[in-house]
Amino acid sequence: MMQAARASAAARLAEMGLPGRRDEYWRWTDPAAFAQQATPEAAAYRVDKPIFDGMDKLRLVFTDGVFDAAASDDPALAGVEISHLSEAPEWAGVLYGRLEAAGQSPVRRPFAVRNTAEAQAGLMIRVTARAARPVHISYRQSSSTSEAMLHHVVKLEAGAELTLLETGTAGARANLVLEVDVGAGARFHHIRPQGRSLEHRVISAIFARVGAGAVFKSFTLSMNGRLTRNEAVIEIIGDGAVAHIAGAALGDGADGAFHHDDTVFITHGAVGCESRQVFKKVLRHGATGVFQGKILVRPGAQKTDGYQISQALMLDDECQFLAKPELEIHADDVKCSHGSTTGAIDETALFYLRSRGVPREEAVALLVLSFLADAIAEVDDAAIAAEILARLEEWLAGHRG
Amino acid sequence: MIGEQEIREGVDRETVETVQGMGSYKYGWSTEIEMDYAPKGVSEDIVRLISSKNGEPEWMTEWRLAAYRRWVEMTEPRWAMLRYPVIDYQDQYYYAKPKSMETKPKSLDDVDPKLLATYAKLGIPLKEQMLLAGVEGAEGVAADARRVAVDAVFDSVSVGTTFKAELARAGVIFCSISEAIREHPELVKKYLGSVVPQSDNFFATLNSAVFSDGSFVYIPPGTRCPMELSTYFRINAENTGQFERTLIIADKGAYVSYLEGCTAPKRDIAQLHAAVVEIVILEDAEVKYSTVQNWYPGDENGLGGIYNFVTKRADCRGDRAKVMWTQVETGSAITWKYPSCILRGNESQGEFYSIAIANNFQQADTGTKMIHLGQGTRSRIVSKGISAGHAQNTYRGQVSMHPRAKNSRNYTQCDSLLIGDKCGAHTVPYIEVKNHSSRVEHEATTSKVDEDQLFYCRSRGMDAEAAVALVVNGFCKDVLQALPMEFAMEAQSLVAISLEGSVG
Repeated sequence: MMQAARASAAARLAEMGLPGRRDEYWRWTDPAAFAQQATPEAAAYRVDKPIFDGMDKLRLVFTDGVFDAAASDDPALAGVEISHLSEAPEWAGVLYGRLEAAGQSPVRRPFAVRNTAEAQAGLMIRVTARAARPVHISYRQSSSTSEAMLHHVVKLEAGAELTLLETGTAGARANLVLEVDVGAGARFHHIRPQGRSLEHRVISAIFARVGAGAVFKSFTLSMNGRLTRNEAVIEIIGDGAVAHIAGAALGDGADGAFHHDDTVFITHGAVGCESRQVFKKVLRHGATGVFQGKILVRPGAQKTDGYQISQALMLDDECQFLAKPELEIHADDVKCSHGSTTGAIDETALFYLRSRGVPREEAVALLVLSFLADAIAEVDDAAIAAEILARLEEWLAGHRG
Repeated sequence: MIGEQEIREGVDRETVETVQGMGSYKYGWSTEIEMDYAPKGVSEDIVRLISSKNGEPEWMTEWRLAAYRRWVEMTEPRWAMLRYPVIDYQDQYYYAKPKSMETKPKSLDDVDPKLLATYAKLGIPLKEQMLLAGVEGAEGVAADARRVAVDAVFDSVSVGTTFKAELARAGVIFCSISEAIREHPELVKKYLGSVVPQSDNFFATLNSAVFSDGSFVYIPPGTRCPMELSTYFRINAENTGQFERTLIIADKGAYVSYLEGCTAPKRDIAQLHAAVVEIVILEDAEVKYSTVQNWYPGDENGLGGIYNFVTKRADCRGDRAKVMWTQVETGSAITWKYPSCILRGNESQGEFYSIAIANNFQQADTGTKMIHLGQGTRSRIVSKGISAGHAQNTYRGQVSMHPRAKNSRNYTQCDSLLIGDKCGAHTVPYIEVKNHSSRVEHEATTSKVDEDQLFYCRSRGMDAEAAVALVVNGFCKDVLQALPMEFAMEAQSLVAISLEGSVG
C-alpha cells in the first residue's frame, strides 16, 4: 500500500517536474533553493530554553531528519496510536499521500509530491478519543548540511481530539508534509513555532480534510530562517465544520536574509462551514513577506462564512510585502471577505505612547504585539498562547534599535 | 436563466428582472449596407492592405508589420478565468468599410443617410446639436444643456467627427486616428505605442498590426477642453473583428473628459473585438475616461456575443497628473479588460471605478493595475461586480508600490453580489509593496443582499422591496456617482438598481 503510494508519487513528480521562477504559484518566492540538488549549508542553532519545556506532553524527537528514540518519550498515550512510516499500519497505508494527491488540483505542489515519494521518516498518528496530553514533535538540527524530509499522517476518528505541537528546526534544509484527516465531530489543534536557526530553509505543506462538525485549527510562529514557505491546503467536506489557520512571522534581515511565504488554499465543499485565515508579518532590514491565500466556495456550499486577513507591518524602507488574497465563489448565500493592508507603524499611536512616558523602543514593541494580537488570539489554549507571547517578547527585546 | 430558478428571499423581483432584462438587448438590430471587405484572415498582405486603405505613410506600415511579426510568435494568454472556444484568427474579416465611405465625405452632410440613420437610432447625436443631459427627446433646450463632440466609428472606419471647428479654435485636436496619422504624424509618432508598446500582450500586439480606426485627442497645454469628447463604436458587419485604437494626449495643465460607448447587432456567431486605448498625461493635466460597454452579450443560452479583449492604459508622466477610469461593463460574452494607471509623476493620481454585470452565460475578467512609481502618488479602486444566471465575474487587479514611490497610498474595495446559485464571483488581486512609508489597503466582500441592512431598513418601517431597493442601490452608488451626468443616467437604467417603481 505504502509502496504503491510512493511509486505513484514518483510517477506524478516525473510528469510535473519541479517549479521554476516563471511558475505563477512561485512568482514571489524563488524555488531554486528547494529544487537544487546540493543542500545549502545552514549553521545549527544551539537551543538553550526549548519552548513548551515545562508542559506535560508526549515528546517525539527527530534530529537531522532521523527519529531519535533515546531523546523521545515512551509513545504510550490513551486513545492515541503512534507508529512510524517505516512500519506503517494499514490505515496509514490507505491515507498516506492521498490527501496530498487530492491537494494537487487546481494548483500543483511538486515539493509535496517529492516528499510523498521520498520521505525518509515520519509519524503515523491515529487518535480514537480525547488525548490527555499534547503530542509534541520536536525537531533538532545538529549538522550544518542535514536534509530532513519528513511525512506525518494524523487521523482523528469521529469525536477524537488532539493537540499537536511541532517545534524546532528539522535540518539545514527541510521538506515537511503533514496530512491530517479530521473525522466528524473531531477536534485538531496544531501549534507550530518554527525553529530558531537563522539560516535554515524549510518548505512545509499541510493537507487537511475536515469532516462534518469537526474543528481544524493551526497556528504557526516564524521568527527566523533564511527561506520559509508554508503551504496549507484545507478541504472542508462535512457540513458545519470549522477551519482556522493563522500565522505570525517576524523577520529581521539584519540576522541574515529573511523570506517568508504563506500559501493557503481553503476549499468549502459543504454547507454552513466557517473558515478563517489570519496572517500577520512584521518586517525589517530587507525582510520579505509573501502571502498567497485563497478561499474557494464550491457550488452548493451555501451558508459559508469565509474570512481572510493578511497584514504586514514594515519597520523600515527596505522591506517588501507581496500578497495575492483570492476569492473564488460559486454559491450565492455566502459571506466571504478578505482584507489586506500594508504600512508602517502608526505614528499617532507611537506619539500617544511616548507622550505617556513610554520609551520609543518599548512603544514600538507594544505596537508590534498589538498588531500581532489577532493572530495569537487564534491559539485557544491559554498556556500555549502565553509561551508564544513570551517567545515574541524575547525576540522583540533582542531586535531593538 | 434566473426566471427558472428559485429567487432568494432578499433579492427583490425588480432587480432580478432588470438584470434579466439586459438579455433583451436593445441595440441588436443591424444596418443593411453595402460593405467593402478585405479578404478573410490576417497576414502581412492584409496588414499592408489596411495600411494602404488608410492612406498611411511608410513608417506606419512598417510599425504595423513589426507588430504583426511579433504577434505571430506570441501565444494567446489563458490565465484569465474565462472559458471560450479556440478563436480561429484566420476566420475573421479584419477590415470592413461601408462602400459609401470609399471617397471620404467632406462633411457629415455628405455621409450616407443610412449610416446617419444608424447613429440616430442608437441615440448618438451626429448633428452639432445641444444634448440635454440624459433626457431623450426633451422639448426645448434647458439652460444646463451640455454639448458633446462625437467621433462615430462604424466597423473599421470613422464616419465623422462633430464640433471639429469649434474644438480647433481651442487648439484641441479631435479626429479619427487614421486622419491623425496623415495630418499630425509628429504627435502620433511621438506617442503611439509609448504607453502600450507593440509587444505588450497578445491582443494589443494584434491590434497594433491591424487596427483600422479609432479616435485621436490632443489637448494643448493649459487648455480645458470646451466640451466632453466621445467616441461611439458600432460593430455592424458579420464575422468582422473590430480593432480600434485610441490615443489621448493631455499636455501640461490640460483637462478633458472622454466618453466611450459601444454596441453591436445580435448574431449567433461570436465576434472579436480587440481594442487599445493609450492615454498620456503630462504635468498637472487631468483625463477622465468613462465607458459604458454594451456590446452584444450573446443570447440567454450563451450563443453569440462579442469577445472583448481590451488593453487600456494611462501614463501619468508629469507631476500631479491625474487620471480617472470609470467603466460600466454590461455587454460582451467575454470581457478581458484591465484599464491601468502608471503613476510615474510625483503626486500623480489614478482612480478606477467599475461596475461589471454578468448575466446568462457572460464571463467577465476585469480590473485594473495601479503601478506607483512616483513619490506621494495616490490611487483608489472601487469595483462592484454583480453576477446572475450562469455568469462568472472576476475582479483581477494589481497594486504595486515601487521602492521609489515613497509616501504613496492605495485603497481598494471590491464587492461582489451574487443573484442565484449557478453564478460565480471571484477576486484575484496582486499586491506588491516595496517601501514602508506607503500604505496599501485592500478589502473585498462577496455576499447576497445584506440581511442586517435589510432588517435595519425594515425596522424603520420600509417594506421589503423598498428596503432591498435602497440596499442594492447603495451597492453601486460609489461608482455611479463617479460617472459624468449623461452616462450616469444610462448606466443607472442599465444597472437598474434604482428601484423607484417598486417603492411606489
